[in-house]
Order: sequence, then structure tokens, then C-alpha cells
Amino acid sequence: MMQQGLLLAALLFAIGLAGVLIRRNILFMLMSIEIMLNAAGLAFVAAGAGWGQPDGQVVFIFILTMAGAEVAIGLALVLQIYRRFRTLDADELSRMKG
Amino acid sequence: MNVPFFIAAAVAVFSTLMVITRRNAVHALLYLIVSLLSVAVVLFVIGAPFVAALEVIIYAGAIMVLFVFVVMILNIGPRTANQEGVWMAPEMWVGPAFLSTVLLGEFAYILTTSGGGSAGMRVVDAAEVGVSLFVSYLLGVELASMLLFAGVVGAYHLGSRGSRIAAKGGRK
Repeated sequence: MMQQGLLLAALLFAIGLAGVLIRRNILFMLMSIEIMLNAAGLAFVAAGAGWGQPDGQVVFIFILTMAGAEVAIGLALVLQIYRRFRTLDADELSRMKG
Repeated sequence: MNVPFFIAAAVAVFSTLMVITRRNAVHALLYLIVSLLSVAVVLFVIGAPFVAALEVIIYAGAIMVLFVFVVMILNIGPRTANQEGVWMAPEMWVGPAFLSTVLLGEFAYILTTSGGGSAGMRVVDAAEVGVSLFVSYLLGVELASMLLFAGVVGAYHLGSRGSRIAAKGGRK
């Protein structure tokens, strides 16, 4: 059972990574990062459940708080970027040099 | 074979794939919520009911609401109402609604037949997690509080319209 949980986490993480790589919209990249964080948390819980220990769930709670802080900052940045450049395209934004 | 786990896992993988392939942010958000809900069902099945509840409340609740707010803020304008009608056409929400119904049925089935931890794993309940969290990981809890504080201050600073960063950008 633990192997299947870890396999699912790896699959979700790979999909999230692919999302970060193929999408050029900053909002979608943030969503993909959320998917990856969620998959990492799932891996911790699956491993913790494999041994019947609560430590995996504790780490999941820490990942949850980190994801909350990350989303707050990331979305504030998205709003600022949209206000200043009127676009969310990462390629478009990468043209600014300093 | 553990059927509820595999159904939830299949829903998770499918909806996550839909997230990264949608063009429209609102549609992607709908599928992302379904993905988080299905991961919550997976967590419930492998014997972590407390974390499954947190996943629904914080991830699918709070964090996704933030995303929805930002998507709505980015689309301020007179054409928004019209656009929302187009976004929310039936063929768009039928997919996520169907997947959510599958998850709900599965959840009801698990609750009525066996309860959490139907995968034959020991259920680690909230009391155990709380003891571990506030005894062995107390330092981590304090660090998390500082991280959240930094996040709040940073988001306030970046999000406020007249912040110094925006002023500097305006002068350029």
C-alpha cells in the first residue's frame, strides 16, 4: 500500500513539474507548484502511514503552512506583475533585464 | 486490491492532467479543486483522517479561494459578466462535477462500510498527530508561525497599491 501511495505521489509530482515546464502563464505555474507541494505532502503521509507513525502527518501540516505562505506571496507578486506589465506571460516578462 | 484507493488515485491523476492542459484559468482551478479533493480521499483511505480534513479545509478551501480571488481581480471590466457566462457553460463544469460526485460516492461508501484506513493500515488519528506536533516538533511549530508572519507581512507589502516597489516602477 505504501508503494502505491508513493507511486501516486511521484506521478502527481511529475505532472506538476511538467506543468511548470510547459506552461508560460505565471498563474498556471503557481498552480503547478501547488500540485508539486501537495504531491510531496502525500508522499510524506504515505510513508508515515506505512509505519503507522504520526510524523508524516506532522510534516504534511508544515508543508501546508509553507504552501499557504507561498501562495500569499506568489499571488501578491502576480497582482503586482499584472499591474505593472499588463501580462502574465513568463517569456514576455523575461525580457526585462534589470 | 484496494478499489477505493485506485479510484481516487485515478481521479487525482486525471484531474491533475486536466489542470495543466486547460487554457482557461477558471477551468483549471475547478479541476485543481477536484484534484485536491481526490488526494484528500486518498489520505483518508490510507489512514490519515485528520490530514484529509486539513487538505479539504485549507488547500481546497482557503488556498483555492485565494486563487479564485486573484483570477477574478485580474478580470475586472464590463465584459466580465458576459465572460463568466461563457466560462461557466455546462460543458465546462460537467467534468469536475462528475468527478466530484464519484469522490463523494466513494467517500460515502467508505464511511458506511469500513471507516477510515480501509486499506488495512493503522488509522493515525488527530490526538496522536497533536501529541507528536506539540511535543517532538514544537520548534517546527514556532518556526512555522514565524514563516506565516513573514508571509502575511510580505503579501501585505507586495499587494498594497502604493507600495514602494510600485512607486519605483512608476518612476522608471
